[in-house]
Amino acid sequence: MSSHAAAGSIDHHHDASTSTGIPNKKLLWWAFLASDCMFFGTLISTHLVYRMNPPPGNAEPTKIFNIELTSFSTFILLMSSLLMALAVNAIQRGQVKSMRTMLLGTMFFGCIFLGGQVFEFEHFVHVKKMTLSNSLFGSTFYTLTGTHGTHVAIGVLLLGLMYVRSFKPAHSHGTAVDLGLTLFHVLAICVAMGVSFISLVPGFLDMLENGTGFGAFLSGHTIPLVALAIAGAVLGWFAKTSNTPDFDQRNAIDVEAIGLYWHFVDIVWIVIFTAVYLIEYL
Amino acid sequence: MAEAVAKSDFHSKTHAAGPKDITLLPRPTAKTGLVSWLTTVDHKKIGMMYGGFAILFFLIGGLEALMIRTQLLVPNNRFIDASTYNQLFTMHGTTMIFLAVMPLNAAFFNLLIPIQIGARDVAFPRLNAFSLWAWVVGAILLNLGWLSHVNPNWNFGGAPAIGWFGYAPLTSKLFTPELSTDLWAMGLQVLGVSSIVASLNFIVTIINMRAPGLTMMRLPVFCWMALVTSFLLILALPAIAIALVAVLFDRHFGTNFFEVSGGGQPILWQHLFWIFGHPEVYILILPPMGYVSEILPTFSRKALFGYPIIVFSGAAIGFIGFGVWSHHMFTTGMGNVATAAFSIATMAIAVPTGVKIFNWIGTLWGGQIQTRTPMMFSLGFIWMFMLGGFSGIMHSAAPADAQQQDSYFVVAHFHYVLIGGSTFALLAAIHYWFPKFFGRLVPEFWGKLSFWIIFIGFNVTFFPMHFLGLNGMPRRTWTYDANMGWNEGNFIATMGAYLLGLGIFTYFAVLIYSLFKGEKCGNDPWDARTLEWSIPSPPPEYNFKAIPTVHARDAFWYEKNHAVEIAHERADHMKAESTHGGIHMPDSSWYPFLACIGLFIGTYNFIQLKSPVTFDLGILQSVFGASSHLPYAIAGGVMLFTCCYLWALEGPGGYHIHIDDEGNETVTRSH
Repeated sequence: MSSHAAAGSIDHHHDASTSTGIPNKKLLWWAFLASDCMFFGTLISTHLVYRMNPPPGNAEPTKIFNIELTSFSTFILLMSSLLMALAVNAIQRGQVKSMRTMLLGTMFFGCIFLGGQVFEFEHFVHVKKMTLSNSLFGSTFYTLTGTHGTHVAIGVLLLGLMYVRSFKPAHSHGTAVDLGLTLFHVLAICVAMGVSFISLVPGFLDMLENGTGFGAFLSGHTIPLVALAIAGAVLGWFAKTSNTPDFDQRNAIDVEAIGLYWHFVDIVWIVIFTAVYLIEYL
Repeated sequence: MAEAVAKSDFHSKTHAAGPKDITLLPRPTAKTGLVSWLTTVDHKKIGMMYGGFAILFFLIGGLEALMIRTQLLVPNNRFIDASTYNQLFTMHGTTMIFLAVMPLNAAFFNLLIPIQIGARDVAFPRLNAFSLWAWVVGAILLNLGWLSHVNPNWNFGGAPAIGWFGYAPLTSKLFTPELSTDLWAMGLQVLGVSSIVASLNFIVTIINMRAPGLTMMRLPVFCWMALVTSFLLILALPAIAIALVAVLFDRHFGTNFFEVSGGGQPILWQHLFWIFGHPEVYILILPPMGYVSEILPTFSRKALFGYPIIVFSGAAIGFIGFGVWSHHMFTTGMGNVATAAFSIATMAIAVPTGVKIFNWIGTLWGGQIQTRTPMMFSLGFIWMFMLGGFSGIMHSAAPADAQQQDSYFVVAHFHYVLIGGSTFALLAAIHYWFPKFFGRLVPEFWGKLSFWIIFIGFNVTFFPMHFLGLNGMPRRTWTYDANMGWNEGNFIATMGAYLLGLGIFTYFAVLIYSLFKGEKCGNDPWDARTLEWSIPSPPPEYNFKAIPTVHARDAFWYEKNHAVEIAHERADHMKAESTHGGIHMPDSSWYPFLACIGLFIGTYNFIQLKSPVTFDLGILQSVFGASSHLPYAIAGGVMLFTCCYLWALEGPGGYHIHIDDEGNETVTRSH
């Protein structure tokens, strides 16, 4: 059944074992994204309907938004799509190490975007006094952008799991030790990404916003920085000691599937950025 | 030819000589017993479980209906109190739609699609098991509230009592502070996840796993309708998922989505609900149209009349079905333009439906009609569904609809399409495919008797409701006064309901009898036309010894008329397949089931975070000190995630079955 694996080069655009030639996994993701379109369609229309029929005393978006920051994180998110495409391209050519670098880059950019959102939400709630419940705009805005942020966070998690998957040893015996190491690896990447977008990126943005200086940032984030350093050391150790992995061109479809999702979430953000942010400045 | 055989087989990447996959729990290999059912990935077993659970809930929903009818038997009745009555009609509607008709359709999707397209399983067998168990979780969440009637310590406040469409602002904390509304929202949410996952699986299966030669325009009509239904599900369910999130946010986080004092508009709920709710109507009726399109040709002894037109009409219904939702809202004051537009769209959607009716009549026309039990139910379907369709067209006229809105006329209408339509076709389908999956025939006399009792009982119940509605009786009314002129109609309807209940009882009693004592049958008791009748009854786990090549629209009919040619082809295929390592089958797995246990623990506790704990194991309480749902909710979430991750790590697995010339099976595992 794995006859295509024996063939020297793999045609990444045609799978002979399916009726249409489209790999099953890819078709599943496409269908899921169609469904996801409707999720965001519902959220965006809810937001716009209420934006056009605001109650008295509704929050005023242009007084709340920090359009420079959001433009910056939008740019970062779009650039992460470029890295994602490079990761898919790398594994299609069998370059596992290059793919890992690109995956880490995509995750890093994703974490910057998420950190920007965490900063934005904190800023809106504590400085601009707009909460989920004190205005209709707050209700729809946080629900919509929060759902998008959750999508990005799930994407980052999937990328992290795929990154760990690319280390699966070719001579594994499927023992409990292998399982433990894998889970440890997952934990390390989750800690690294978690402290980045929950604490470090928002803290860094806060430093830039308030001009409190780098020293204050360092002393204010000792625990997250130490956690990041330890997680980074663990990741580095795994990267250094890894043997030949059971991961090659045949896995390109798996990486590509996450890529489809990642690009989709970016495209949704372009729509949200336009419909929720930019349109307010017309 | 070898490629052709490999094509459309259950496909996964096998690691023949590769590394071992990491498995915490070994792949179960049991073929019988409880574990085999809990861990199965076999589409036939999953279909059986969907069917079994669905019939259970069908009977519960029917019992709820009988209690409703008993309450309305005489004016000013006090058989049940008003609050329980609200719970009964809410759960009757929710149960019949989400826990009876939809999963019965899902059962047939599972049982039939892979076999009708000449495949050995669905595209993602473990995901399929997850859909089933997630559906069970949703069903339990929805029905938990009944426990409050048994033991008041279960503080759910009874079953949900907000109507099956849960109109805002009735769902707000102000009007329904009870947990039952939260459980309703969460239960529907979980059912939605289950349906979307299952639909994605069926879409990929139908599009990608067809046997060689099975072009889309040779696909059995049932598979076509299943494909359209799956697309409707993945595109319609997100609307209600978001609306339910908004309801839960309003209830728990103080958002203003439907909160008028904060600027929210309850009408938005109606729009979002019906953007889902109207496609849902077609989700309930399109698969039944598929069953009937399979049954009518078999018992008319002639090919389906106008196959392409039937297929395109089904697709057209799917498309137009997304543009008619506001005809549920003509009385909300949408404005003339919107009302006119939805009025016209609603009239338009009757056209493809009517086209199908004429095609079925065209199939009967000039055929040698055999009135076997499935045929009786199918003919009943055509007639009764037409009656429901006629009252449906009456609703499309907005001025008339304004008079019929929320009256028993509407109740009559949708029971004619949902019982006379969906349920009659499902009862036909159960009878028709029963011999295939249990290897036994149902006695004709008792089958026909149950048909006539159901047919008469159904009409006696629901036909008077048209008049009750036009005479002004509102739906969901707990009781009525004796001088309203509704006494006779209600009395007749309730008597009919008892008769209908008797008919349903007869129907299932006969099936249970036949399960053990029915006459044994061969592969093809009806002399039918599609591929499922070419394999043994009940089918072996691998379905086909050799993947068939499809030469015509009615694939098995062609095979019967070209026996020699097909025998040669089969022998070639079997030889080619055995040189490829035999029949490849997916492995069972614990993780879909365990992930759903995590899903249940997580959702059950998450939804009542702020409520006191009613059911505490004491273990977590002693660890965390306070009695709270939070540790349980987190534990459930962690279990769900961990099981999904281990599921990914264990890999697709799989084993091979080899069949020798004598038909003996041997199983080999590559590692």
